[in-house]
Amino acid sequence: MQGAIAAISTPPGEGGIAIVRLSGNKVIETVDGMFKPHRQGVQLKARPSHTLTLGWIIDPEGQVLDEALVSIMREPHSYTGEDVVEINCHGGTLPARQVLERVIQAGIRLAEPGEFTRRAFLNGRLDVSQAEAVIDVIRAKTDKAMQIAVRRLQGSTHRQVQQLEDELIQINALVEASLDFPDEVGDPDYVELRERLQQIVDQLDHMLEAARRADIYREGITIAIAGKPNVGKSSLLNALLRKDKAIVTDIPGTTRDVIEDWLNVKGIPVRILDTAGIRVTEDMVERIGVERSQEVIQQADLIIFLLDVTTGITAEDQFIYDSIAPNKLIVLVNKEDLDDKKVTEEDLDQMLGSVPIIRGSVKEEIGLKELEDLIEELILAGGLESDDLEMVVNLRQQQSLHQARQHVQEVLSYMETTTLDCLGVDLRGALESLGEVTGKNLKEEVLDRIFHDFCIGK
Amino acid sequence: MITYAAGSYQVVVIGAGHAGCEAALASARMGCSTLLVTLSMENIALMPCNPSIGGPAKAQLVREIDALGGELGVNIDKANIQVRTINTGKGPAVQALRAQADKYEYHKEMLRTLLDQPNLDILMAEVTRIETKAGRVTGIVTKTGAHFDCQAIIVTSGTYLKGRIIIGDIIFDGGPGNQFPATMLSQSLQDLGLSLGRFKTGTPPRISKKSVDFTKMVEQPGDERPLRFSYISPVFIRPQLSCWLTHSTPQTHQIVMDNLDRAPMFTGVIQGLGPRYCPSFEDKVVRFAHKDSHQLFVEPEGRATDEMYVQGLNTSLPEDVQIQVLRSIPGLEKVRMIRTGYAIEYDYVLPSQLKSTLETRGIAGLFTAGQINGTSGYEEAAAQGIIAGINAARQVLDQEPLVLKRSQAYIGVLIDDLTTKEMDEPYRLLTSRAEYRLLLRQDNADLRLTEIGRQIGLVSEERWRIFQEKTQLLEKETQRMREYAVTPSDKVIGPLLVAKGSSPLKDRISLWELLRRPELEIEDYLKVGLLDEYDLDILEQLEIQAKYEGYINKQHEQVKRFEKMESKLIPAAINYENIPGLSNEAKHKLNQFQPSSVGQASRIAGVSPADVNILLIYLEKERRK
Repeated sequence: MQGAIAAISTPPGEGGIAIVRLSGNKVIETVDGMFKPHRQGVQLKARPSHTLTLGWIIDPEGQVLDEALVSIMREPHSYTGEDVVEINCHGGTLPARQVLERVIQAGIRLAEPGEFTRRAFLNGRLDVSQAEAVIDVIRAKTDKAMQIAVRRLQGSTHRQVQQLEDELIQINALVEASLDFPDEVGDPDYVELRERLQQIVDQLDHMLEAARRADIYREGITIAIAGKPNVGKSSLLNALLRKDKAIVTDIPGTTRDVIEDWLNVKGIPVRILDTAGIRVTEDMVERIGVERSQEVIQQADLIIFLLDVTTGITAEDQFIYDSIAPNKLIVLVNKEDLDDKKVTEEDLDQMLGSVPIIRGSVKEEIGLKELEDLIEELILAGGLESDDLEMVVNLRQQQSLHQARQHVQEVLSYMETTTLDCLGVDLRGALESLGEVTGKNLKEEVLDRIFHDFCIGK
Repeated sequence: MITYAAGSYQVVVIGAGHAGCEAALASARMGCSTLLVTLSMENIALMPCNPSIGGPAKAQLVREIDALGGELGVNIDKANIQVRTINTGKGPAVQALRAQADKYEYHKEMLRTLLDQPNLDILMAEVTRIETKAGRVTGIVTKTGAHFDCQAIIVTSGTYLKGRIIIGDIIFDGGPGNQFPATMLSQSLQDLGLSLGRFKTGTPPRISKKSVDFTKMVEQPGDERPLRFSYISPVFIRPQLSCWLTHSTPQTHQIVMDNLDRAPMFTGVIQGLGPRYCPSFEDKVVRFAHKDSHQLFVEPEGRATDEMYVQGLNTSLPEDVQIQVLRSIPGLEKVRMIRTGYAIEYDYVLPSQLKSTLETRGIAGLFTAGQINGTSGYEEAAAQGIIAGINAARQVLDQEPLVLKRSQAYIGVLIDDLTTKEMDEPYRLLTSRAEYRLLLRQDNADLRLTEIGRQIGLVSEERWRIFQEKTQLLEKETQRMREYAVTPSDKVIGPLLVAKGSSPLKDRISLWELLRRPELEIEDYLKVGLLDEYDLDILEQLEIQAKYEGYINKQHEQVKRFEKMESKLIPAAINYENIPGLSNEAKHKLNQFQPSSVGQASRIAGVSPADVNILLIYLEKERRK
């Protein structure tokens, strides 16, 4: 079996579920390492082929990323003919993407376009008549994907990548020249080398961080609407979307699951989630909805917390408020259009401190414009400098940048205790990883640089 | 011309330089009747340029040739005036032996070996034509009308093909060292359909030792330890001759600048492409104008000669300017020049026309090796020579060819590069060209290749015995060191760690793992009696394998991935024009280079990952037909 690959195999955009598919060597074991089954003690690797297992995908700290249904298919009876795992996540881009990132963190490579199909064909799972179709996919996607990715590297990002490339080529040249031409080129200065490598790591960190933040523009952010039952969450969702999506009634607890949709705030896609009202309930269905809502609140980037001016601040409000991190909170005091006002400025001050507060009425569309402005302000206050706005690298490129960083870090860690020839292995690895971002073969450029920079010649 | 039937051989080798000698010896030793044709008996194994063998990547090549049963290592061990290890402290992958050769001894020793070799005849003649029938070689014809039948031919003509020597505005036809060039063979190769290119290289002036003032130079002595290239050479220290370091001066550079209008490098007289790693001195002065001094090494060319080589001063400036340049250098104020430096242009065969066996793709039984393939360096030439010799003989003997992988040997890197890269300058091997450098060390060439050499039939009983003893000892001692665990309370290790400034043990650890500590050396174990006295070779090997195990394993992992694609072979009869989906550039390049495996295809510039995948699918489709 070949090395493991992974990709999101459902079409981008909204759907009921999204599937992260993995294929290749040890994929079942790898997923076991990030899977917490509902039924304790169940291990995927002990499960028979072609079975489904329900559980949670967790991050290395044990935090839940998503609830998922995981199917395993062992070789040779799978699409690719290799061991295959399919993780069925919740729909929407974000959960699947988080799961995919988790899988990549675990050391699985992002699949090339058409790679699953290619493997299926090479492993005899597709017949010859399908070969042409596979070729079309590869031709259409691989080159184009690279072209698009490279073309999207523009402006400051492009300059940064080039600078890094240039610096790494220079460092490689410095080291390689000293190894291959010891008579003409002295040993590299380790103090200087360390400084330059550290700068590369810093720069890569900066870029990865910027890439993560720039993701906001592509992948969007998640906003959850929280609050006790009948506080007006669904109405707010509707108002923001300006269409009926949730069922709006006056009966508390009508919204029994998380309802979501997308809106656009100044070019940033915002996934907005309406949650079931959180309260202590005996109703089984509703209780699942409540638990789910709390999960959503944990995951959301921003939470709009609704208070009802007519009920005052209740124990339920306090309970919900305590489950939300204050740094991602906006409070909307609703129903200000009604006369029965039981929430005072003092109440708010005491409970919320410096959290931004808007007073308004969803029904009368009072304060909604304010709310949108505040959302935008808070998203962008996350530190998206204008410089970074050009930072649009895809996941594959991020993976390469990350690998480059790992290689350079490895050099820094072993500089004092190992020899230059060994350090060369990782220096070259860093260069190759960076070359994947721009699709260039940088090995020859190192040689060019050696002959350009050093007077070599006996 | 009327020719006469002069005889019949299984293999004919044209040219007796470093490639030709290895090729002829390999072929003869494998049992093929072999004829070695040379332009001059006096120039067999000539070193027309620098008098040294080895250095990074090159020392590894010498050891690999030796492990396969070749002659270069044995011969330089007999004929050196100085041996040193360079790159010590930069790691085992790049540590390299370098010997200063006694050019005259080197020639004499190689000649003796050739003359003593059964199955091998030597002929002094100029080959003017290669004869073929139905796409296969049948024989050669010499300038004087001798016709020899043969089944395989190896052309190792070096820089002699249409050689043209340039010194200032003096230009004449000549091979290296003012020898006769081979004027007719180029045409014969072209008639066979081979494309030729033209390269340029150069050499510095030689000077008289008597006229040098060494007090103004820095002495570069040889190593005090006994060093040898060949695993079967006796271990002893030959009296070492020193080399001398001096440098050019601003005055030197001024002389060059004042005479650029007479420098053929700059007047357009020289058209062939020269190597960037071996620029002419005038080129260095112009390109690195900010440097007011360049190092120059003055090196003896042998024990019994007055001639010395000025390393770093290769030039095609006019003779009078060369003398002025020399005399502006500290220590050379009163120097007498014996030979004038020159540039030489020559024809080479575009190596994209070769298979990985070094057989030309168009003409069965025709092999080329050495500088004719666009490489430079004695070691690179010899490495190709032995492979061409082996493969010519194996073809005649109806055996499978030998192709070494990039992951196996520098020889593999060299030949793979030749057959997958566009060349725009003479090719020199560098350690940075090897992806798996940490595995391809000079210290383990025998472990990598002796068994292959044995299977081929080039490894003598003696070499095999030495190899087996070594591997058995290594295996035994490795196992012992892996199993021998020491504890924090160990009476021997404790004090040793203190003495070496190494932190005390926390847990049980094996001697093997403990050796990974950078401050420990294997000699430390020896001193405290944790290790038996072994040969230096064995100690060195144990230490490297223990200390670098992590990195070595990392590279083994990389090799596993690499070899997957290498093992996917491409049939010879493939027509890339018929593969749907390949880009036009890929089609063109693949047709030009005709790679033998998917791995090789992926290394050709212009073949994208998508093309590689499409190729894989096409091959699978064909396989299922």
